[in-house]
Order: sequence, then structure tokens, then C-alpha cells
Amino acid sequence: MTGLGSPGVVPRDDAPRGDVPRGDVPRGETGRLDVVVTGTSSDAHTWNLIYLELLLTEWGNRVTNLGPCVPDALLLDHCTARVPDLIVVSSVNGHGANDGLRLIGAIRETAELAATPVVIGGKLGTLGDGSAAWGPRLRDAGYDAVFDDSVGVLQFHGFLEKLRAEARC
Amino acid sequence: MAESTRGLAPTSFGGFVRAAGELVVQPRMGFSSPERMRRGLDATRAADATTVGTLTIDSYTRVGDLPAARRALDEGVDLNGYPLVTHGPQRTREMLDGVLGPEFPVQVRHGSAAPQDIVRALTEAGLHATEGGPVSYCLPYGRTPLEESVRNWAESCRILTDGVGDGAEPHLESFGGCMLGQLCPPGLLVALSLLEGMFFAQHGVRSVSLSYAQQIDPEQDAEAVRALRALADELLPGVDRHIVIYTYMGVHPATRSGARALQEAAVRLAVRTGAERLIVKTTAEARRIPTIAQNVAALEDCAATARRTEPGAAPRDARGSAVYAEARALIDAVLDLGPDLGDALLTAFRRGWLDVPYCLHPDNASRSASFIDERGRLAWSSIGSMPLGHVVTARPAAALTSGGLLEALHHTAARLDLGELTRAPSGEPYPIRDGAM
Repeated sequence: MTGLGSPGVVPRDDAPRGDVPRGDVPRGETGRLDVVVTGTSSDAHTWNLIYLELLLTEWGNRVTNLGPCVPDALLLDHCTARVPDLIVVSSVNGHGANDGLRLIGAIRETAELAATPVVIGGKLGTLGDGSAAWGPRLRDAGYDAVFDDSVGVLQFHGFLEKLRAEARC
Repeated sequence: MAESTRGLAPTSFGGFVRAAGELVVQPRMGFSSPERMRRGLDATRAADATTVGTLTIDSYTRVGDLPAARRALDEGVDLNGYPLVTHGPQRTREMLDGVLGPEFPVQVRHGSAAPQDIVRALTEAGLHATEGGPVSYCLPYGRTPLEESVRNWAESCRILTDGVGDGAEPHLESFGGCMLGQLCPPGLLVALSLLEGMFFAQHGVRSVSLSYAQQIDPEQDAEAVRALRALADELLPGVDRHIVIYTYMGVHPATRSGARALQEAAVRLAVRTGAERLIVKTTAEARRIPTIAQNVAALEDCAATARRTEPGAAPRDARGSAVYAEARALIDAVLDLGPDLGDALLTAFRRGWLDVPYCLHPDNASRSASFIDERGRLAWSSIGSMPLGHVVTARPAAALTSGGLLEALHHTAARLDLGELTRAPSGEPYPIRDGAM
């Protein structure tokens, strides 16, 4: 086997995704966060979501991956039934900023989710300059952070660490 | 065969491609505005290459969110494709007037699991060719239940065959050779492409194309395309058909030389295996939706490469390859499930006899997994319940990590960006031609 690229079985049981039970340890003692990863309503891309699921799990969080093309209503239903510690919106199809603006409006209008941390990242516009063009608007609209594709995961990791530290307080 | 050549000359996508005499090249192209879309089609037609045109539909129309498409147009938000349904048949006819014709057929590419509105709109606009499929436009692309997608696609075949006017030949291309773009072993891609082509034929479509997306190993890819053709000859008699290669759909090299080398490999794959059509990518693909000029440059580069590539020698028996054995085993198992292919596909996915690795759709069993073996080929680390035990020895691999996934996803891009494969056989670097913005 080559050193590069030998993915094995994606760790996954046969239960519907998203039905992972909470553990016995209260999240405050471990800093473990319940994270929902979701694509936007019009974005069919999957690899970004699988990657984020693996990454967030390795960082010690519980992840529910809603998959691609998630209608706003489904995300809201899911997250109000069990409010997560963080919602991660990922999009690479060029509609991310536009979909993301609509979505964060709906999230912030939902009482249970008014204060839930929500971040968005990926390739957010059609012109390859998503962060510069859209970052301020997305933050003004209610996202706690915007991670453009070009930034890498360090900033995202920093954001997670801060959130976990706050959860431990 | 009489039935497969009927009416092909003037208005047949399949007939045009098969009569072209050289590799037909096609962009992936879609813009919000009819004026820009028209400029794109004009430029595609005028390119120094044998081309067909593309209307790639935007993502809102694809998922049936027509209000969002309307709002985007009203607010001047740039869409990632042409909103065919929202612009409507009249405006689309005007946009196509004088560019669409027997020498320049245009295909609608969309990605919808509920494409009835799109198919109706394209026939009303005077078009007759599109692509997709009940599995390939459902499983990787969202949450529509597979059962609904099968019903939708059966109805869409009827809309297409009923709606296309006299003298034109409805054409459907299966997207089955592309599931998730990368890391799917070719046997499953070939099987799905064939099964969808047979589904279209069962629902009255007499002209189809079968797709295969370039993966990571040129020899394995060539085996796959030859297997696809051999299986099509066996299983689609009397149906007009050709093979379309998609240039690599996975993570694209970020360097122009890397993207160029990958594109040239796709051209060579198509020419050497006798595939009739190629979906082209551009050097801008890794960063943004390409401009018209970038598309034209890519089309012309591909045509030039194709013209100086020798067709492959008559292949060894295509039925001797591992890819053929896998595809054949999967297809036979599905066909044994009953005469109605839609029902058979549903049963096959329910039982996990067809199981797309890494696909998150609730109707996919998700017990299969793939890896890149020591020869740089795609292989199975788990076959789940797929009836492949007699032709494949799965090799369990370590649990997947985010780093491992990234490495696998970037396998091709990383090698090409490093320049390993960016030198022509002569040792000279490939010339880089950048499309002006």
C-alpha cells in the first residue's frame, strides 16, 4: 500500500446518521461539543462534509452529518429537536454565500437557535474570492465566523478550541 | 441497424456525435444571463474543434427551488448555471436562435432527481438531449428517496420522448460513470452507467450515451471504457449509443501545468479507447467557475491533442479484465432481480448489492469502501453485500482518518502539481496556454 491515500471503511454503523446517542459524560467536563455538519440546500457536494465529519470527530467532538442538499426546514427541525453546541455550514458550489445568508436569517429567527454558534466555510461565491467579497456580510447577518477555502483548518481549529474552553467554564 | 439510424442526420445528438469523425469535445458551461449564455454557445460553436454545446443548469433549478432562482435573477445574484425553467421556453428559444442547429446540437446538463420541469422546459425550447439517471442524479446529490427518483426519471423519459418534435431523436446520457466523482472503483461505475442506459431504453429512449469519469490510473481507466463498450454491445442492441468520458471530476490540480497534464490524460484515454465524446475541464477549475475564453481555450487544446493522438491498437478482449468481471457480476445480479429495471435497482440498493462507497444517502447501504492500492489503482477495502466475492478479494484497510481522506482525494492533484506527470514523452514540458479572463 502506498503511503498516500489508503482510506479504509468510513467508521459508521447502520443506524441512521444523526442518531448518535449522547454519552454519559456531561459536555462541560470534557469540552466535547455536539456539532451538526450540513451542506446548503442547493449544494450537492459530499467530500467536504465527510472530511469535516472525520476532522471534528478526531478533535474529540460528536458529529451529526446531515449530508448534501439539506433544506433549511430540515436543518431547523433537526437542531431545535436537540440544540447542538455548534452548527457548521459547508458549501463549495458557488451559491454558499447566497444560501448562507438566507439560512442564517432563518436560524437566528428561531428562538432556540438565536444564540447557537454557527459558522460557514468553503468556496462561497462563483468568483473564487468568497471571503473578501462575502465575509463581512455573512458575519453581519449572524455567522460567528466565516472560513474561506483558502485559509486552511488552523483558524477553524482555533475557533473550536475557544468554544470548548468556554464550554468547560 | 435501421431503427438506430432513423432520422439521425439532421437533429440527433447521438447521430451527430457518431458521425463526427473525430473526438467531439464539450464544455461544462452555464451562466445566469441569456446574453452571456448565448455568447458562450457561440464561442463553443466557433472553436477550432468538433464541439457540441452545453446548457448547465443552476443549482436552484436543479433542486426545484424555483423561487430562489427567480429571486436571484431579480436581485442580480450570479447563479452557477442557466436557470432554464425560470427563463422559460420563449426566452431560451430566442437565446438559441441561430446557434442551435444540426451542426451544433446542445445538451442540457442539470443533476436533478426530479427533472420533470427541466425536461419539459428543454423540449419546449426545441432541445432534445439531456443527461442524468435515476441513481446517478439521486444518490450522490441529496436526500430525494431513490424510489421517488426512479419514478421521476421514468416520467421524465416519457416527457422527453413525447415532447421532442418529429424528426428529432431524444437523447439521454447516463451520469452513472461518475458517482461522487472520485474514489469509486471502476467496476461499479461501469455497471451503473450500463444499468441506467438500459433503464432509459426500457422507457422508450432509443439514443443513449454511457459515461465514464477519468479516475486515477490510465490503464485501469482504459480497461473500464473497453468494458463499458463491450457490455453496451451485449446489452443495448438496437439502441443508438456512444461513450462519453468526463475529464477528472475529483480534486483538481491547482497548477496550470497539473491541470493541463490531467486534461491531456483524459484526451488520450478517450482517443485510445475509441470513446466518441469528451467533457472538458479548464485550468481554472480548481479556483472558480471558468470564463467563456477559458472554456474555448480548453476545447481547442483538447481537440489539438486528440488530433495528434494515435487511436489504440485493437484491444485485447475487453471481457478479460478485472473491471469487466466486476461490472458484469453486478449487472447480472441486478438483471436477475426482475424484468423492471427500476424495481430491480431499488431492490439491489435495498439489499446492498449495489453500494456506493462514501455516499451519505439514506438509501445507500454504506458498507462498501475503497482505497488506492500500491499500484495506484482504485480497489475495494470492503465490498459490503455486493455480489463480488467471486471476482474481488477485498483488502481491509485501517480506519479512515481526515488526513487519509485528504491524501486520497488529493492523490492525483498532488502528483500532478508536483510535476511528476507534467512532462511530455519527449521530456519537454507541456506548453501552457492560459485562456484570457
